[in-house]
Amino acid sequence: MIVQALAFYLFAIVAIAAAVMVISARNPVHSVLFLILTFFNGAGLFVLMGAEFLAMILVVVYVGAVAVLFLFVVMMLDINFAELREGTLRYLPFGALIGIILLAELVLVFGAWTAAPEAATFAGDPGRMPAAPTNTEALGRQLYTDYIYLFQAAGLVLLVAMIGSIVLTLRQREGVRRQRIGDQVSRRRDEVVAIRKVESGEGI
Amino acid sequence: MDIGLAHYLVVAAILFTLGIFGIFLNRKNVIIILMSIELMLLAVNINLVAFSTSLGNLAGQVFALFVLTVAAAEAAIGLAILVVYFRNRGSIAVADVNLMKG
Repeated sequence: MIVQALAFYLFAIVAIAAAVMVISARNPVHSVLFLILTFFNGAGLFVLMGAEFLAMILVVVYVGAVAVLFLFVVMMLDINFAELREGTLRYLPFGALIGIILLAELVLVFGAWTAAPEAATFAGDPGRMPAAPTNTEALGRQLYTDYIYLFQAAGLVLLVAMIGSIVLTLRQREGVRRQRIGDQVSRRRDEVVAIRKVESGEGI
Repeated sequence: MDIGLAHYLVVAAILFTLGIFGIFLNRKNVIIILMSIELMLLAVNINLVAFSTSLGNLAGQVFALFVLTVAAAEAAIGLAILVVYFRNRGSIAVADVNLMKG
């Protein structure tokens, strides 16, 4: 139990410190790296809560895909980030005010929160929490039975996102010589070869 | 030293507030704003999973999985739009985003 508490505090404190660095780092590359650290610690918190599958998905999807995408974009765009940072201190009091108000509201909500009386009956419902040996298997049984349509819809969302980002970023540059294999294959002999009669001693 | 639901909710609340704060702090830099949104989504996921374990109901984890999916799609589309915008305007300052103003 003491190990669990220590692990929780370690993950929580590192996650929050890294989140602070994400929003305050001068260099956006450092921001992305701290974002990766935050996600790793979030995955640690998930493992502590017993959601191993989601923790691994978090590492794979966020660290492996989203954060690397951020890193690519930050490094690809040639931006003067110092220029973008000016005026930050001007927004600091307002942002801090909003943040403190929001945090106070969240604390009040959590302080006054109690579980609905019906929640306890749902909790013991065997249909809701399948008796599977592992979290992954339980989640899979739920996902592929009760939530199969939502699962397919999620796949469609990803497909649309993929097509959309390709369509958005694809561009046809003018004045670039590139090989067009279709044109090469489909051209005919009489379009490209001309037979001339050349007199001897003269050129064309 | 018992770690319960409230501990996770407090961490999620702090992360969510930091996300909001990040948006206000970096009002000019869209990349940091997108990262702040990712932070807020992580906080929401922590909330969902915390309630899921606390109530013994897997629906929260399934929902967190869908939130993860949508977050990945949102990041991909958002960054693609950002790249196109940078190509057209040569800057990513939010203050300049008035190209579609009618």
